[in-house]
Amino acid sequence: MLHVTLILFLITLFYLSIANRMTTYVNVLILQGLLLFVVSYLELKHIDTLNLILIMLETIVFKALAVPIFLRRVLKHNHITREAEPFLPNFVSLIITTIIVVITIVLSNAMEDVRLDKMFFVVALSTLFTGLYFIASRRKIITHVMGYLIIENGVFILSLAVGSEMPVLVNLGIMLDIFASVLILGIFLNKIGDVFKDVDVNQLTNLKDY
Amino acid sequence: MILFYLISASLLGAALFINRKRNVNYALLSTFLVIQIAFTVYACINFNKDSANYFTFDALGVLMLVTATIISVPAAFHSYVYIEESEENNPRSRATYFGALVFLITAVSAAYIANHIAVVWIFTEITTLSASALIYHHRNKLALEGTWKYVFICAISITFVFIGILFLSLSLTNSDADALSYKNLLLHKDLLNTSWLRLAFLFVFTGFTAKLGLFPMFTAGVDAKDKAPGPAAALLSSIIMGMGFVGIFRFYIVIANTTLLHWASLVVGIAAFLSLFIATVYMIKVKNIKRMMAYSSVEHMGLVMLGVAAGGIGYYAAVLHIILHSFVKSSLFFQYNQIYKVYKNKNIYYIGNYFQYNPTGAIVVLLAFLSVTAMPPSGLFVSEFLIFRSLFEAKQMLLLIVVLLLLTMIIWAFAKNIFKILFIPPVNFDATDVPRINPWRSLSQFVLIGGAAWLGLNPPAIFVELINQSIAKLI
Repeated sequence: MLHVTLILFLITLFYLSIANRMTTYVNVLILQGLLLFVVSYLELKHIDTLNLILIMLETIVFKALAVPIFLRRVLKHNHITREAEPFLPNFVSLIITTIIVVITIVLSNAMEDVRLDKMFFVVALSTLFTGLYFIASRRKIITHVMGYLIIENGVFILSLAVGSEMPVLVNLGIMLDIFASVLILGIFLNKIGDVFKDVDVNQLTNLKDY
Repeated sequence: MILFYLISASLLGAALFINRKRNVNYALLSTFLVIQIAFTVYACINFNKDSANYFTFDALGVLMLVTATIISVPAAFHSYVYIEESEENNPRSRATYFGALVFLITAVSAAYIANHIAVVWIFTEITTLSASALIYHHRNKLALEGTWKYVFICAISITFVFIGILFLSLSLTNSDADALSYKNLLLHKDLLNTSWLRLAFLFVFTGFTAKLGLFPMFTAGVDAKDKAPGPAAALLSSIIMGMGFVGIFRFYIVIANTTLLHWASLVVGIAAFLSLFIATVYMIKVKNIKRMMAYSSVEHMGLVMLGVAAGGIGYYAAVLHIILHSFVKSSLFFQYNQIYKVYKNKNIYYIGNYFQYNPTGAIVVLLAFLSVTAMPPSGLFVSEFLIFRSLFEAKQMLLLIVVLLLLTMIIWAFAKNIFKILFIPPVNFDATDVPRINPWRSLSQFVLIGGAAWLGLNPPAIFVELINQSIAKLI
């Protein structure tokens, strides 16, 4: 069951790499939040109940509800166009995502550790690198933010892998999640939307050396 | 005491955010400075003692803490001058600025003395938040762009450090909450799983380079220093860089006691050399003097990490260099505000003949230039010489030759711009109403530069002893 959920999570990455519309991105983020809810329950069910409830609340309330609602509002408020406008065609994106997953599988085979479930390692690292790839290959600032949220989800999975031994690390991860998302989304995406009318990274090139 | 310090500083910071009255603002700021100094004195008295479990006043922490306090006093004074003289002096931006300043200094001080990698990480997060408020001070389009880039890159690098901490926890065989303190890691150094430790070091190192201003993530710091007000940029290029250094160095001490020392020094060395190379390329073509100073910081951090990578006497030189660089570079950024006040521009074409308009400031620029480029009377000459010696002793002749060539180019580019600022008349400059600048405002810069020279050429015995203690576990 745990592995099925994690593999589903991996499939969402492939889906993201060929998705075209901004609303699809938001929907996939919601789905990822729900999957993380299930994963965190299955992996951490034997830790302290109060802490478990806190962690699960974070996944459902924050990752699957608050952030997507906020992203929708930003999309609407700033009249951001529906297309994601990647620099590369979707087909290339799909191939690159596949290569990332293959590399992490090879890397995970090089790591010999009985305590770590390899599935966690593969899914977490491929999510991390796919997120970085999204940031590098998409044009809009809001897609950069979504790439960052995907990275956060990857880090959350990794923290769950060690979480049954050190639950305090999962809590630290949640703190990072909320802190960085609030900082990035709450303050700056709002401001940037108001100051730069069309939110495109090509507008952020005014800081120069000369 | 540490808890008292953190709570009272946070309360003062929050009060500054809320309160909009001018006199109350400055009273709160002065109170904070008193608390900061008292805390530093307390740390010196309680040398090598633990405080509140997660903090230790060890040699490296005390050294950096004293440096931070010495720089934060003139930084607060110059911020006062800057805010009072700027045209957009409204109560809200003043309150935000000083509140963020207090939080920044507190978080950096706490990160210096933290003995647990996760605690250092938490305070690094807080510095990102407070530094972004300082960078966004002017609230215009360019400031927003600089802030956005800083926040985004710092958020990613903080995530990297966190991933590194997760891998580090995997490399441990025992697992309780205290297992990740540096002391515990050193105690169990033989039990650490090296393949996880490798991944952990890669991620932690990459993450902290955003604060240190080293190769992969250096861009964020340069944009931030360009847009932040002068005194805030001085803090960004001195105490924040020191925080990045402490974050990497404390972990490097752990790595150096395992079998991975050679590999880790290779990683650090490559990043350091690339930083030097990139700094050279940008220094040659840069026309914005504030960015020129920021790239010069990238160059110096490259030198510091080269010292760490070379080992031996290089460790000593690295710690010495980062402290002296903090003093000299912050004084250069303090002086920058006076330059901007005269010319209302930071492009090298529109700046020049500074000796005529502000002789005292011009002497500061000249002395700071001599110090930053490590000309013999300056203290940085000693530390750079020791770094070169460590490279020589590590039998890295080729690297040493290339580094010296790059440094020659940097000195040439730097000197070209500095002498343009000092002696060559600017383009289209209307000299009729140049504001007269009070010479006493350059006092702090003379003190800092003189202090750096004194510490480098004739270091007091206790200073040498502290540096030796902070690198004791490396040799």
